[in-house]
Amino acid sequence: MIEGAKWRRWVYFYVPLGLFIFWLLFPFYWMLVTSVRPDRELYRPWMAPNYAPFWTAHPTLVHVTDLLTQTLFIRWMANTLFIAIVSTLISLFCGLLAGYALSRLKFPGGGALGTGIFITYLVPQTLLFIPLANIIRNFNLGDTPWALILTYPTFLIPFCTWLLMGYFKAIPRELEECARIDGATRWKAMLYIIFPIAVPGILSAGIFAFTLSWNEFIYALVFLSSAEQKTVSVGVTSELVRGDVFYWGQLMAGALLGSVPVAFIYSFFVEHYVAGLTGSVKG
Amino acid sequence: MARVLLRNLNKFYDDVHAVKNVNLEIRDKEFVVLVGPSGCGKTTSLRMVAGLESISSGQVLIGDTVVNDLAPMDRDIAMVFQNYALYPHMSVYDNMAFGLKMRKVDRGDIRKRVQEAADILGIQDLLQRKPRQLSGGQRQRVALGRAIVRHPQVFLFDEPLSNLDAKLRVQMRVELKKLHNRLNTTAVYVTHDQVEAMTLGDRVVVMRGGVVQQVGEPLELYNAPVNRFVAGFIGSPAMNFAPARLRDGDGKLHAEASGFGLELPAEIAARLRPHTGHDVIVGVRPEDLQVANGSAPPGLCFDAMVEVVERLGAEILLDLQVGQQTMVASVEPSVTAKHGDKLRFALNPERLHFFDATSEAAI
Repeated sequence: MIEGAKWRRWVYFYVPLGLFIFWLLFPFYWMLVTSVRPDRELYRPWMAPNYAPFWTAHPTLVHVTDLLTQTLFIRWMANTLFIAIVSTLISLFCGLLAGYALSRLKFPGGGALGTGIFITYLVPQTLLFIPLANIIRNFNLGDTPWALILTYPTFLIPFCTWLLMGYFKAIPRELEECARIDGATRWKAMLYIIFPIAVPGILSAGIFAFTLSWNEFIYALVFLSSAEQKTVSVGVTSELVRGDVFYWGQLMAGALLGSVPVAFIYSFFVEHYVAGLTGSVKG
Repeated sequence: MARVLLRNLNKFYDDVHAVKNVNLEIRDKEFVVLVGPSGCGKTTSLRMVAGLESISSGQVLIGDTVVNDLAPMDRDIAMVFQNYALYPHMSVYDNMAFGLKMRKVDRGDIRKRVQEAADILGIQDLLQRKPRQLSGGQRQRVALGRAIVRHPQVFLFDEPLSNLDAKLRVQMRVELKKLHNRLNTTAVYVTHDQVEAMTLGDRVVVMRGGVVQQVGEPLELYNAPVNRFVAGFIGSPAMNFAPARLRDGDGKLHAEASGFGLELPAEIAARLRPHTGHDVIVGVRPEDLQVANGSAPPGLCFDAMVEVVERLGAEILLDLQVGQQTMVASVEPSVTAKHGDKLRFALNPERLHFFDATSEAAI
């Protein structure tokens, strides 16, 4: 905390904090205000005398109802949720086992494997989608949710593995050794001792993985083509921008509603998630 | 109830030879302490007995079974770790019950055994708490409780008191001793603290550099150390060492060191005679250096200058300058001495230790 005179606290704490919050929340405000402004205000030229982009005197829900009834938005939400949940579960499962093995077991090439997994995470998706598209086509998975469920783990597993590896390393080895002397096999020690202690780490890995797959754009754009298969991020941007016509109200309503689940999950698990990132295990 | 036998035990970490050919028999119901400076192989040896460290060569027997290839859980042992290793997400009760649950002990039986252990350790009121709500001493008790509910054949302790503050450590030391007297289970205890080793052990094993230096009862190590390392490691304050040369003169054997010379009595001279003309190291415990009174034989007295006076109440420690070397004497609290005083000290010849200067073995 900042000590000393009151003005110091304002200059060094409240003002920077206020600016930071403004910077963070302004896009959300913009989405909100745009989604409730009527069309005649939205498409008013900027030099018009009554142009007021940051406020509206006539809020309306017509864009939201249009979005929910006239478009496939609900379908897209369901698609995204299904894909995000399944790919997160797959990645968490693999990441847990891989992270545990890399942090606890000694085997030849273990260190190199850890680094190798990290490097695969660094390969940009914008390069990787080309060979992946080929694979998806060969397996006839194009335009199905499985195209994404099976490709998202290519970047989610390395991510989860690395996060969990660090977390497992912070758990004292003795806990597991003690469990093994107490009569647990390695599996049981992992299941009853290590995993329960690692819950904050597992939760933050899960939240991150969920967010990454929820927000993913490029694979979804490339591997899905029909409107009813699309995810929110692709559906909103491709179906609500027709040629050079932007349905701003519905676009922003879609963006706002699309960010609700992620915001909800974060607020729900915020404490675990911070504990998971700072990696504190007290014996 | 079982004995533990280490037979030609070796441990290699890549090219580091951490434990060298250790042979040791720990008898049934015995409390044996492995002691030595850090990196001496004591913990590695213990972990090999526990099954947490693979055995490079040699054998470990518990009872009459070679346990080299048995998993830790099948060795019927319990271990207490330095950092307690309590499961942070479980209550004290569940911590203590975990081992029994894993072994599918009947629920009522678990309750009875946990209660019994809690009564012994005085932690009945803590059973529902989580480890993070406990003090260091309480955590230590829980860790002990988790070991004793299992009724194992052997207890293994890996520096269990090192994380406690000095006062609590002394208290827990006494309780551990009482606990052992009550349970009468074979115990192997690792520590770097020689006071713990001396007070707890039925027998003490001193190790250095992966090699067992000496095995014996505490007073045996104190009175008859086999080499300079054991002599210096056991006892506090540590033994004083002074390089000296044995010389024959007038039919008597003299030990000449910087600042003092000793005329050795016949029985000691007989033992040291073969080393005449060689360099030796004379060892004197601080408590065997006493201020000389008139009756002390002049051949066993020397003068020293007092450098520092440490008054501990029950005794006074004097840091002395004798010739080129410094020595510590532990004297009666009635001695009045201050910095710069010259005092005359007398040695008890039977309490002198002699070591070969090159091999450092006792002679």
